[in-house]
Amino acid sequence: MTKTGATPCDVSLIVNGEPRTVRAYPMERLLDVLRQQLGLTGTKEGCGEGECGACSVIMDGALVDSCLVPVLQAQGSNVVTIEGLGKDARACALQETFLECGGAQCGICTPGMILAAVHLLNEKPEPTMDDIRDGLAGNLCRCTGYVQIFEAVAAAARRGVAR
Amino acid sequence: MKSERIVALSAPRKEGRDKVTGRARYIDDITLPEMLYGATVRSRIPRGKIKKITFGPGINWDKFVVVTAKDIPGKNYIALIENDQLCLADGIVNHPEEPVLLLAHPDRHALPKAVEAVSIEYDSLPPVFTIEESERQSEIIWGADNIFKTYLIQKGDVDGIWEKADYIVEGEYSTGAQEQLYIETNGAIAAFDAERGLTVWGSLQCPYYVHKALMALCNLPETKVRVVQTETGGAFGGKEEYPSMLAAHASLLAMKSRRPVKIVYDRAEDMVATTKRHPSRTRHRTAVRKDGKILGGEIELVIDGGAYVTLSPVVLSRAAIHAGGPYEWPAIRVRAKAVATNAPPHGAFRGFGAPQSLFAMERHMDRIARAVNLSPVEIRRINFLKPGQTTITEQTINEPVDLGKMLDRALEHSSYEAKKQWFARENESGAVRKGMGVAAFLHGAGFTGSGERYLASVVGVEGTAEGRVRVLVSSTEFGQGTNTVLCQIAAETLGLPYDDVEIAQPDTTEVPNSGPTVASRTAMVVGSLVASAARGLEQTLTASGKLGKTYSAEEFRRACREHVAAHGRFRSLARYEPPANIYWDDQNYRGEAYAAFAWAIYVAEVTVDLATYSVSVADFVALQEVGRVLNPVLARGQIIGGVAQGIGFALYEKVEWRDGCMQNGQMTNYIMPTSADVPPIRVFFEELGNTHGAYGAKGIGELPMDGPAPAIVNAIEDALGIPLDSVPLLPENIFDAIASASNRESDARSPTGVR
Ligand code: FES
Ligand code: FES
Repeated sequence: MTKTGATPCDVSLIVNGEPRTVRAYPMERLLDVLRQQLGLTGTKEGCGEGECGACSVIMDGALVDSCLVPVLQAQGSNVVTIEGLGKDARACALQETFLECGGAQCGICTPGMILAAVHLLNEKPEPTMDDIRDGLAGNLCRCTGYVQIFEAVAAAARRGVAR
Repeated sequence: MKSERIVALSAPRKEGRDKVTGRARYIDDITLPEMLYGATVRSRIPRGKIKKITFGPGINWDKFVVVTAKDIPGKNYIALIENDQLCLADGIVNHPEEPVLLLAHPDRHALPKAVEAVSIEYDSLPPVFTIEESERQSEIIWGADNIFKTYLIQKGDVDGIWEKADYIVEGEYSTGAQEQLYIETNGAIAAFDAERGLTVWGSLQCPYYVHKALMALCNLPETKVRVVQTETGGAFGGKEEYPSMLAAHASLLAMKSRRPVKIVYDRAEDMVATTKRHPSRTRHRTAVRKDGKILGGEIELVIDGGAYVTLSPVVLSRAAIHAGGPYEWPAIRVRAKAVATNAPPHGAFRGFGAPQSLFAMERHMDRIARAVNLSPVEIRRINFLKPGQTTITEQTINEPVDLGKMLDRALEHSSYEAKKQWFARENESGAVRKGMGVAAFLHGAGFTGSGERYLASVVGVEGTAEGRVRVLVSSTEFGQGTNTVLCQIAAETLGLPYDDVEIAQPDTTEVPNSGPTVASRTAMVVGSLVASAARGLEQTLTASGKLGKTYSAEEFRRACREHVAAHGRFRSLARYEPPANIYWDDQNYRGEAYAAFAWAIYVAEVTVDLATYSVSVADFVALQEVGRVLNPVLARGQIIGGVAQGIGFALYEKVEWRDGCMQNGQMTNYIMPTSADVPPIRVFFEELGNTHGAYGAKGIGELPMDGPAPAIVNAIEDALGIPLDSVPLLPENIFDAIASASNRESDARSPTGVR
């Protein structure tokens, strides 16, 4: 939110497989840079304080809240957003099972939730129900009560895209 | 007739693919050329006169657009029921966070500092913060008596029942405010152009509410105001009335600056400044025969409306009508009242008054059970409404609902009796206590009483030049499945594939007014109209000879294309017709309150940790009769999501008030359930096969909010053996209740209020 911190600087990073250089204030949030400068509006803001996970992206293999990441910290890193999941088999399976199982209602938490699920299945291709609950505990959903999201993740795991 | 093959199937969510790929465009995803960002300067005190406004140093004010009440071209109010809520304070403020002036700037980062730099001096006036203070009337803050609205419901001879009673059971119950906490905060963009007028895009439930408010505020004719709903990231009632205020603010800035203006609240502003569920207090006094039959009673219900009327009268009405629960009352008197306090106005939230009064009713049933020494199950069974009997407004139940059977089924699914016995043994020792709780309830679908007649909703179905079918409604999608279910209904009616039907984006220049998307009315009321409008389309085509009595999808498409080619735009409209012989007396609140009721039995199993005083819900059975289930996946999702919100209402979500202002306006300290907190929520539907609504659908969206809190609190009482009569119940509240119960150990054996 704040633009404090000296003067704008160039930050280079890889976003969804493509090298990008942006000019930004060092303390600007990665979330804002993705949404406003790179037009990647699939990453959402729900709280701006690391509580809801709507802004989740995968950064160098880790699931992060992009509202808590100053853009300078993303220098040289590899960032994947919902827009970058197009060809990822695991992500595609999750998108299908979210549709089938009712994992998305209003959809505002969905991009972050799917990234969290992709991350979870990358780490644990055959998660137990507890793994799923824990893996998604940083992503809030006010609509679904989570149960159909759990079912979607379990279904995607079962579909064997875990390979 | 065509066989029904789309309705009752889990057709995929129409806008689902856009949502799972991140392509769906919500308000904050939209940027217009030359757009400014707006912000709101709000009062910092609960009540007072504005003495002076100073624009502080260190800000280049020339670069800001500033709007005050003086810039309002039309009426300075947000048109709704009473028109008492100003759009911008004019000399006086009545609650913390009341909007005073508006700022806009090309750089959104420049706004927070500027908002801080505006200082407002006040002459404070004495505020009122609680229902009790408001009732005392030592300070009059609204009207002549601080009362927004009262209702009286009377049935039978209440005064004659007391002497026939074997027991008189009294109780007082209260519920707290609850934040809707949709994950997408409120937001709107406005653009103005002298030629075309005003356009507003926003995250909202009711485009025509906003339309009406903007006409009055901006002094513009109907045709010069356009309201478009963008993809909406959750609403739950929280985007029913407040978006009119936000749209008004963006519009004033856009009209003054002649540039598009976006206002999107951050989480803190959304939580402290916008509406929440009305806090409530309900007192019951009930006459009961020794076999457990309720002879009658009195219910006194009060809700805290906040500083302005807004929707409180309607919330109160629903609370009052639901106050008697799904029981047969030979005699009853319900006095209901909405009072003013100097807090931001409380507003619509899923359930709309019913969760408050049903919490009280369902807690009170357990208290009655204890008094007459029956089980919570038996006391309910004895008193359930049966077909042919009447509700407290004397509406006859004319569908074959069998609550006793539903109760049996819910108990069986939850292994109620076996667990009760098992827990009774286990609770003798150990570090946890377990309990089972039941709640039985009903929820009326659609607007109350004459509401639907006044709304006179209109729905359109269009045959397009491409031979497709488009549903035209102002009913909005915000997660509940409006788009999907209405398309299913149109496809079903016309015998077309689901994929042939689409739904228009709600835009007041494109779609007729099908009424607000509230009150669990969409599937039942709007759905029926979609079916009739679709039949109209078909009739036009068959009457003109373009279509035979039976037809294939391809024949329909061709007929449609030919019709558009020959006659231009091809639409069929259907208007709500009130069913004949519906009797409703608005003066005496008597008659057919709702076109249909949904019915439910919920059973909660809880575990209370005696070391931390935290409660977890271990299992939850939600069994309901909602008429025909049009889309099983979506319907189940509505129930589970509502139950999770109900768990939050009962156990986690506490608004901390100080001087009328929410202190914990952050997700870090206002806690909603996470994926780690929800139990298995097991959903079961009963279908009576009734004749309501489109293909037999009744309302579903609000129902699941009503039952969880009482079921859970009843289960906690079962676990701990102490009565708990308010929600939310956080660990500190459980601790206090246990402590005060052990202080009262000696008189615990003769519960108060029981004769
Ligand atoms: S917006 Fe980043 S965690 Fe909520
Ligand atoms: S689907 Fe609405 S918040 Fe998750």
